[in-house]
Amino acid sequence: MSDSMIMLRRNFKHTVRNPVAVFNAVLFPIVLMLMFVYVIGGAFNVGVKYIDYATPGMIVLAICYGLSATALAVNSDMTKGIINRFKVMDISRSAVLSGHVVATMLRSLVAIAAIMGVAFALGFRSPASFLEWLGAIGLIVLVSFAASWLTVALGLAAKTPESAGMAVVPLILLPFLSSAIVPVATMGAGVRQFAEYQPFTPIIETLRGLLAGTPSAGDAVAAVAWCAGIALVGYLWALSTFRKRA
Amino acid sequence: MTTSAIAVSGLRKAFGDKVVLDGIDLDVPAGTVFSLLGPNGAGKTTTVNVLTTLMRADGGTVCVDGHDVATGTKAVRAAIGVTGQFAAVDEMLTGQENLQLMADLRRLGSGEASRVITGLLERFDLAESAQKLAATYSGGMRRKLDLAMTLVGNPKIIFLDEPTTGLDPRSRRTMWDIIRQLVAEGVTIFLTTQYLEEADRLADRIAVLDQGHLVAQGTPGELKRQIPGSHVRLRFAGDLELDSALRILTDSTRDGQEDLVLRVPSDGGAKSVRALLNQLDAHSIEVEEFSVHTPDLDDVFLALTGRTSTKVNAR
Repeated sequence: MSDSMIMLRRNFKHTVRNPVAVFNAVLFPIVLMLMFVYVIGGAFNVGVKYIDYATPGMIVLAICYGLSATALAVNSDMTKGIINRFKVMDISRSAVLSGHVVATMLRSLVAIAAIMGVAFALGFRSPASFLEWLGAIGLIVLVSFAASWLTVALGLAAKTPESAGMAVVPLILLPFLSSAIVPVATMGAGVRQFAEYQPFTPIIETLRGLLAGTPSAGDAVAAVAWCAGIALVGYLWALSTFRKRA
Repeated sequence: MTTSAIAVSGLRKAFGDKVVLDGIDLDVPAGTVFSLLGPNGAGKTTTVNVLTTLMRADGGTVCVDGHDVATGTKAVRAAIGVTGQFAAVDEMLTGQENLQLMADLRRLGSGEASRVITGLLERFDLAESAQKLAATYSGGMRRKLDLAMTLVGNPKIIFLDEPTTGLDPRSRRTMWDIIRQLVAEGVTIFLTTQYLEEADRLADRIAVLDQGHLVAQGTPGELKRQIPGSHVRLRFAGDLELDSALRILTDSTRDGQEDLVLRVPSDGGAKSVRALLNQLDAHSIEVEEFSVHTPDLDDVFLALTGRTSTKVNAR
């Protein structure tokens, strides 16, 4: 068994013993979804059935909501003595961190499965082909991977659990300022430009295109580039912070 | 290869412009207990961090188990076990799972792992709480679990950074017994402590660290010869009694701080104390108050540096 697998098993046990974190990651996006579809969404004219428009955004929101638990877990590893025990053992430096990343991704996938279940129950339908579904799943995994590494870095860099929790708030808020809930074109000046150029808009547009059976190559390239960039920055930042903090 | 488990020469470490270790030389023969004695802030933990590969030295060479910590980091890590000042246990896992985690990381086979884990739980008196989360353990239990985790995989050299600081006297004694057992099994132990008594009881050699310098090094016996030994303090009701006592007890001296107090060198044992009191009794000299004083870290520091360790703390 590799170091990473051992660490993943440890993180997995933590997750199972702290069901509140999973519950939060699953429940909040579902509540938001119900609220937008039944209460607010009726007021928007997005050109298609609102549930079909909103589902991709809710998937991304579900990924982001799971991140605060990761930042806290990473930070508590660092601020308690356990990290020094791992560091003086002959184990791979990145195993401790990749355990957190994979556990976060698994938690996200559980949350996304729940969201999709609710979406289908609310009338979401997708004409996407098998390949398009595969592309959508691939993109979801990629987004989750990138966001997880960035979150691990944020959790490592934070001095206290409280600041680790705060550090991921922008990541949770960003999807609201994207095309997740309403089309960018309906936003006011300033916000609209921001929404157009931030990473979550091309990601959500790509996901929406794939699930609607009308994938757009331009968005997809931007989405994949953003994910690769965020993952790389997160990974390098996380590893260098990990090495520095004794 | 040498028979030194730990060989350090000219070790220097600074944080910014604050020099923490300023040229440390140490040699710990395999199978012995070495104690680094010093007050808070003397650089003990920094020394342990460098020796255990957690920190890089700014200068000097450090060899642990025959490997340079800078170039043979992997080999050093495979040979050592470290128990730090703060219990490094995973609170969200049970005692048993914490040990299993170490066994997995040390790549023990499942049969060997379960034998080792059962043995350690028994030895550290943790078998009853093995299935409880470490978060529910008391301070003493956490330290024991921490040390048990360190022992998984049989490290040849064990670093114990203030293993008894903050423990109650009973847990401290348990910890001392465990350390003695380890030595009997041939493990080399590098122990840091603030307590002279602890170093005296456990260590083959003691080095005294003060503001990044080693101010003394030797066996406990050698070290104690350099410091004022234990003595008996006698308080008298008046000058008359004090003067007569001074005449009888020829090796006694007046206490520097208190007027009516005499210091009499003594090993503090029942026999010599009885002889002393009988002597005073024979001359009908009334003693108002009596106490035995054994040297502590403060005496060591006063003798070796001319300052008390409390002054170092207050700095």
